[in-house]
Amino acid sequence: MATAESAAPPDDGILRTNDGVPLKTTLRRVNRRQKMVALGLVLPLFLFILVTFLAPIGMMLFRAVDNPVIQEQIPRTVALLNETWDGESVPDDAVFDVLAEEMIQQYKVREIAKVGTRLNYEQGGLRSLITKTARNIAHRAEPPWKDAFIAIDERWGQPETWGIIQNAAPRYTLSFFLAALDLRYDWQGNIVEQPEYEQIYVKMFVRTMWISGLVTVLCVALGFPVAYLLATLPMRQSNILMILVLLPFWTSLLVRTTSWIVLLQTEGVLNDIMVWIGILSDEGRVQMIYNQLGTIIAMTHILLPFMVLPIYSVMKTISPSHMRAARSLGATPPRAFWDVYVPQTLPGIGAGSILVFILSVGYYITPALVGGRTGQLISNFIAYHMQKSLNWGLAAALGALLLLGVLVLYWLYNRLIGVDKMKFG
Amino acid sequence: MIELKKHLRGTLAATCALAIAAAAGNAQAEDLNVVSWGGAYTKSQVEAYHNPWMAETGHNINSIDYDGNVAPVKAQVESGNVTWDVVDVELSDAVRLCDEGLLELVDLDDLPPAADGTPAQEDFIEGTLHACAVASIIWTNIYAYDETQFPDNPPTTIADLFDVENFPGKRGLRKTAKANLEMALMADGVPPAEVYDVLSTPEGVDRAFAVLDRIKDDVVWWETGAQPPQMLADGEVSMATAYNGRIFNAIAVEEKPFKIVWHGQVWDLDLFVIPKDAPNKELAWEFIKFATRTEQLAAQAEWISYGPARQSSVPLIGKHAEAGIEMGPHMPTAPENFQYALQNDFLFWADHADELNERFNAWLAQ
Repeated sequence: MATAESAAPPDDGILRTNDGVPLKTTLRRVNRRQKMVALGLVLPLFLFILVTFLAPIGMMLFRAVDNPVIQEQIPRTVALLNETWDGESVPDDAVFDVLAEEMIQQYKVREIAKVGTRLNYEQGGLRSLITKTARNIAHRAEPPWKDAFIAIDERWGQPETWGIIQNAAPRYTLSFFLAALDLRYDWQGNIVEQPEYEQIYVKMFVRTMWISGLVTVLCVALGFPVAYLLATLPMRQSNILMILVLLPFWTSLLVRTTSWIVLLQTEGVLNDIMVWIGILSDEGRVQMIYNQLGTIIAMTHILLPFMVLPIYSVMKTISPSHMRAARSLGATPPRAFWDVYVPQTLPGIGAGSILVFILSVGYYITPALVGGRTGQLISNFIAYHMQKSLNWGLAAALGALLLLGVLVLYWLYNRLIGVDKMKFG
Repeated sequence: MIELKKHLRGTLAATCALAIAAAAGNAQAEDLNVVSWGGAYTKSQVEAYHNPWMAETGHNINSIDYDGNVAPVKAQVESGNVTWDVVDVELSDAVRLCDEGLLELVDLDDLPPAADGTPAQEDFIEGTLHACAVASIIWTNIYAYDETQFPDNPPTTIADLFDVENFPGKRGLRKTAKANLEMALMADGVPPAEVYDVLSTPEGVDRAFAVLDRIKDDVVWWETGAQPPQMLADGEVSMATAYNGRIFNAIAVEEKPFKIVWHGQVWDLDLFVIPKDAPNKELAWEFIKFATRTEQLAAQAEWISYGPARQSSVPLIGKHAEAGIEMGPHMPTAPENFQYALQNDFLFWADHADELNERFNAWLAQ
């Protein structure tokens, strides 16, 4: 700066600030500072999203294909198996020797059962085969190992067992995704269907989609008139109505779900009233909860505000003069409503629908509480594998497929209707 | 501005003070997080184990409820952030977690002997001690019914649970394959000793599901131990399988008109385990040693009708602490209750839980 003050600015036609720095540079500097400030303001949110949203989703997607156990526990056995085994007969003595060595080693650090747990996902019973064999060879059995293994359990003499070990070995695997689609690898590595009595997840995905669709349709059917009243009634009445819409919205999800239990159960309020009036006999009480019906009723009620509010905020912006113009041009009231008013509410309906649909696809607590046997959704099975079976790979694969399904639907919605046409208000 | 700064500084100082206090608190307060199944069962543990231990040692116990899902143990150990010190688990979970290296090994020789000097290893009932776990109680899956629903012809055998024609009404069953499949086979005439042999064959599994099919449309499924007595009390079901202690509690303390059918019971153990690298693992072991002493186990049986895992505890059991009922006849192991009983086979379930639960879930969803 000192030089700029002492020397007169060169007369080269470049615009300069009064301290002699070219205007462009100064502008750029100011711009950069503003951008840094803006970035600094955004940074906490960005980090927050990264840590709490993107990273967990990435980890989930990774877990669905991650398969470290066999490679970590018995790496040399797998390598030798891949190298020397013909895939049909019983492997050579060398494979048994290496496996015995690795088993004893892992048995001593109490890790060998992990191999059993992993293999048990592929075929029930292999868990105890591994733990039993490891216990035996670490304490009692003597080489030659091949005979010892087969003496402990004849399954070691069957190529099926080795095929399963080989298929479960790769560091990254599709077998969790296959399981999530009711498929599996057979011992020769072909993809085959699960036995029919174990097929469940495809059915659950379908059920989740159609229940979510139904709940969305019901929400539109019930929410549209409410939103219309909210938007058209005089302020005093519409305020009261708004409170009635918002009050349940502010109430805890659990409270709302359990109050449905109180109302709908066979000994509940609704059944009692119907018996009292005489519509039902005391023995003929209707089962309205702990089944699909319960899930649909409770979910529709809980998600209704997510439909009402976007539709309402769009309706608020529609000028009443449009309807009046249609009427003055000769349209009957239903025609004017249908051709002029409804199309203008579509962005709100679209926004509400996609909100309700995506929320219901991942719904968990309500189906768990009121769904009984037939009202469970896919998220309940994800929770089951997270919490009870501890098969986190399968839970992650189911979650990833659910995410994929939602993304595909969102993409379809964008192609058909256009996300930019969506309005929340 | 100055006001604001002053205010800020005050807040900051207060926060620092709080943080320091919290850190200091952590350093000296040996809080033990003990996790169990809640309800009447946890209450019996608090009365018989926690309170006397806190009085004797001066340490504090945080009693945490869970529903028997051991996923948090796995999650905590794998993420290196263990907060549970002692967990009360079922036998199959104890074995599975131990095998996978998620639990601390325990020194069984360190357990205190019985009063007459019998070493602990002999005093505990066979099969109740494990490399990672010490059993406290024997509990059992029974079914109970509402006496007012069956005034003339009460159910007496396990087969009656699956017979809605002669014993009408909804059934409450636990939403899991375990115990239901065994009860179904026993109801179909398979003697307890052969149940797991039959269940190991595909035909046996089909047979068990066929029995469950008979009542499928009449079942209300439950998931936590407190639910079945509630369902019976609400009239939602007329019979329900349950943990025997919960039903006993409803009968003795809440004076409900329920009755237990012991025929075809499937009994199991609850054991104390310590997750690997638990923050207070030495103290946790001290607590387990204390809780599984002869007197403590006998004291617990005076709060809930679960059988003590030590033989030396049995003669010490008196009357229920609140209801004044003689506890002996209500124990699952009492001779007249134990005639047609099956022990849950943890090895079978460790092997077949994955596929049978998968099939059970598919069956449920149909």
